[in-house]
Amino acid sequence: MAGNESQEKIKEDTQKLLTKWKNKRGALIMALHDIQGLFGYVPWEAMEVTAKEMGVPMARIYAVLTFYNYFKLKAPGKVIISVCDGTACHIKGSQGILDAFHDCLGLKDGQTTEDGLFHLQVVRCLGCCGLAPVVVVNGKTYGKNTPADVQKIIAEWRQKMTETQGE
Amino acid sequence: MVELTQEQIQKLKELGRTQKENLLKMGETFKEDVKKYKAAIYTCNATSCHSGGAASVIDAFKESLETMGLSQDVRMVCTGCMGLCATGPLARVEIKGREPFLYKEVTPDLARIIVSEHVAPALRDGAEQPLRLSNYLKSKELSLQLPFFIKQRKIVLARLGHSDPENLGEYVATGGYQALMKCLEMKPEEVLEIIRKSGLRGRGGAGFPTAKKWEMLAQAPLCDGEKFMVCNGDEGDPGAYMDSCILGGGAHAVLEGMMIGAYATGATSGWFYVRAEYPLAIERVELALKQAKKYGILGKNIFGSDFSFMAELRYGAGAFVCGEETALLESLEGKRGTPHPRPPYPTQKGLFGKPTAINNVETLANVPPIILKGPEWFSEVGTATSKGTKVFALTGKVKHSGLVEVPMGTTVECMVNEIGGGTSSGKPFKAVQTGGPSGGVIPASHLDMPICYEELKKLGSMMGSGGMIVMDQDDSMVEIAKFYLNFTVDESCGKCAPCRIGGYQMLQLVKKIADGEGTQSDLKKIQEIGTAMKQAALCGLGQTAPNPVLSTIRFFYDEYETLIQQAQQKKAEKQKLQAELSSIEHEMKKLDERKPDSTLPAAGCSGQCKKE
Repeated sequence: MAGNESQEKIKEDTQKLLTKWKNKRGALIMALHDIQGLFGYVPWEAMEVTAKEMGVPMARIYAVLTFYNYFKLKAPGKVIISVCDGTACHIKGSQGILDAFHDCLGLKDGQTTEDGLFHLQVVRCLGCCGLAPVVVVNGKTYGKNTPADVQKIIAEWRQKMTETQGE
Repeated sequence: MVELTQEQIQKLKELGRTQKENLLKMGETFKEDVKKYKAAIYTCNATSCHSGGAASVIDAFKESLETMGLSQDVRMVCTGCMGLCATGPLARVEIKGREPFLYKEVTPDLARIIVSEHVAPALRDGAEQPLRLSNYLKSKELSLQLPFFIKQRKIVLARLGHSDPENLGEYVATGGYQALMKCLEMKPEEVLEIIRKSGLRGRGGAGFPTAKKWEMLAQAPLCDGEKFMVCNGDEGDPGAYMDSCILGGGAHAVLEGMMIGAYATGATSGWFYVRAEYPLAIERVELALKQAKKYGILGKNIFGSDFSFMAELRYGAGAFVCGEETALLESLEGKRGTPHPRPPYPTQKGLFGKPTAINNVETLANVPPIILKGPEWFSEVGTATSKGTKVFALTGKVKHSGLVEVPMGTTVECMVNEIGGGTSSGKPFKAVQTGGPSGGVIPASHLDMPICYEELKKLGSMMGSGGMIVMDQDDSMVEIAKFYLNFTVDESCGKCAPCRIGGYQMLQLVKKIADGEGTQSDLKKIQEIGTAMKQAALCGLGQTAPNPVLSTIRFFYDEYETLIQQAQQKKAEKQKLQAELSSIEHEMKKLDERKPDSTLPAAGCSGQCKKE
């Protein structure tokens, strides 16, 4: 849970961000997109501010957030691994890639490692089917993967994260 | 709303006329600018090539041109999708007086070699000298004479791969916004007539005639002074990325199509609904809207006419059902994307309760060329009832995987074997899946089938948005059916029982068969549930969800049959073993129950002790 200080910060940042959407009709989803863009997920505090500022009941915000796959209610790990399971990737062996991630990190779809470092999610079609099967890690795309590549990807990001922590 | 005085309106019109002139001038300036260059390097920077590292390739080209002092002679263009995504990043070198040359799998190193060993000598020696390319460079050539390129007919994708999607001047120089200008000089009814004559049908899947939809909107009265146009860019079909590439390759064409529709129907503003998973498409729509506002393409009294229009962008949030038009409208209103029954149709009561026409990205992109070149030019292409071209994302186990645009009526054979170059594995082709989770399979026996709305429907599939997934003999059709059904069950909004319960139960049965536990009666039940869902589900998602299963049962019945037979055999063997087991158990029990015979001497005792 966020501490008192960061709770205040979340509220403040959300308030600022909502000025753009407050008076526009049908803009709730866009506001939630911006909130998730800022925090990586939609924190409870931000939902409360949104409810108040946009005059939408909390229940409806929660209903919207849980309807759409894109929104997260919990902070994901630092390294977000998206494994594409669109049809092209599925046919070309995305299940093997997912299994390899499961073997290496013990993660299933939507789970985060205990140290909060890696988060695994299954996504549907990233629009680069020519590179199937595709894995995207924090915006970096890896194409034409085999299960053997998975360890390399994890090692690369583990190193990257220790380096940034060291700095 | 504030009423404007006549004087104010006149002023706005005057401004509009100046803006129109300025815009056309911008196009002319672009044409003049381009003439200065002796060559151009076009690098594909669409999603696939970008993911493959196109950005660093572009940097390498620029740096290399700079160091060789060629920046003034060679124009660097970052383009939209060039098509053959599987071999990206792609780059095309065009030198005046020479044939264009396409490179595949370009790396930053290769980019430097292209500049130093291809572009630089060609420019130095002039067009008369034959070009001597190293074997390495030749090995990276992708022939533009491949059937993949020459069998295509590009209307919607014409600009992609040939122009900078971010350059408004270039769009105008290639005829951009001139269709809109032409329309503004016609009556709205005349514009509708052109679209009606062209025979354009919705490219989102169902194939509803575009002119008919627009006529319905035109007839609907304004509601609180408003009527809307919506562009459906929620391409949720996994394995399809046409709309992403069309928008990413230049959103101005789609905006222009939308504005022409708005003029023809009297719509007052427009909305782009684009998948959040497509950052590039979103970026390009945002930029197009920004540029359009800046140069007076969007606004009041556009180009000095009486037509005013504004447009906005909204993101989807990862719900497949939002591709369905009534669900999309709910989502645009900021709600859960649950569909509702029609009528009332969106053209009567749509977004915020006001009349709305929802068109697919590709449909709208077809509109400006139809206006510019005439409905006859368009309707010459295609079949009797399906006019024009269709963009497909040709993926799966096919050699030339990528984005293609072909005339309607092109055969499956041509798509898979000629354009696609056959299967990537070299193994026999088994089937192609169209229409994604709403579609079905076309088996190898129907290779000669022309691809159009009617033929696909006859086979129990549908055009869908244009995903086309090639499968070879290794792919299990039951697995494919399971994959798609899993998807639709996951994506069902849960509002109506046929889809929510029917889909789930059907999936359990398909899983049971796939796991080798199925029976004949399961197969029968699947077909019963499927038929019920088709008739009773509320929206397109539920009505079409059984298609992948029913179509694979229809064409690959033997695969289901084999699994069921195996299951039966397994069951019979198991029963046999179980019978044996229970008879053994019975014997053992009998043994256990046998009482020891007390008159017999204990084992090992010979009775010697007693004698002693």
